[in-house]
Amino acid sequence: MKQSEFLNIVLPFKDKVFRLAKRLLVSTEEAEDATQELFFKLWRNKNKIKDYKNIEAFAMTMTKNYCYDRLKSKQASNLTLVHSNYKEKETSLDKQVEYRDSVNQVHELIEKLPEQQKIIIQLRDVEQYDFDEICKMVQMKPTAVRVALSRARKTIREQLIKKHNYGIS
Amino acid sequence: MELANIEKLVQKYLNAETSLQEEASLKDYFTAGNVAPHLQEYESMFNYFATAKKDTFTKNIQLSQRKPTKKNFKWLSIAASFMLLLSVYVGKNEYERYQAKKQFMQVTKGLKLLSYNLKKGEQALATLYTYENTVKKILK
Repeated sequence: MKQSEFLNIVLPFKDKVFRLAKRLLVSTEEAEDATQELFFKLWRNKNKIKDYKNIEAFAMTMTKNYCYDRLKSKQASNLTLVHSNYKEKETSLDKQVEYRDSVNQVHELIEKLPEQQKIIIQLRDVEQYDFDEICKMVQMKPTAVRVALSRARKTIREQLIKKHNYGIS
Repeated sequence: MELANIEKLVQKYLNAETSLQEEASLKDYFTAGNVAPHLQEYESMFNYFATAKKDTFTKNIQLSQRKPTKKNFKWLSIAASFMLLLSVYVGKNEYERYQAKKQFMQVTKGLKLLSYNLKKGEQALATLYTYENTVKKILK
């Protein structure tokens, strides 16, 4: 397989890999390194790529596992608590001002979720994968995925309402 | 979409029972503005999801850059171990030669001393001989 062929297969989901890595590792730099490392790994195993039915799902699983490893390793434990430099793009100025707070809040709330729920909410609500794919990626049963997703959504909502009410009173 | 419908969908959404299409319509409703006040929290959620998806990986993916450095390290270590072996070998040779030279010098020094002392003895003997000769001459 040539490099260009490989890139054609792999490039469509590079952003998704990056976003998942960023969701788990928090810092942009870490996520960039992880993405780079991941595609390098895929490239090294390029001969096996044709055997996989769904490369994208496989890559996402790899990303998940790789990020877990990073989080477990000592090296990463020094880096995980880095600020999250969240940037908003392409929203008009007044809306930006209006939304920034609440939108940032959602980001922080997701950060506080357990890792598994973080991944699932990222895959479903941000990347819009269907449940079958998510099950494959996280290697869980459909019911378990639904439960985790439901819990994550409810938690975010409750926390948002809480914060909102505090803001008023 | 009607509010009642949205509320129904939102309930389903919280229980993670919505399909992707339903979620897309929820997203359309909540990101368009004009959200009912009691559903405000969903507005920030869906807006966040929408903005989160815009985050992209801007760096170029490099596939071949890291391989040669790894290879180099491998060869470097091989070369280093080879050099170490070579230097140990050469060093040992050199040391043995030095040791042999030292021994040779010691032996030569000893021999020189011996020969010097022997010569001294010879001279003394020579004087003794002349003395004896003269004594013989006189006694004859």
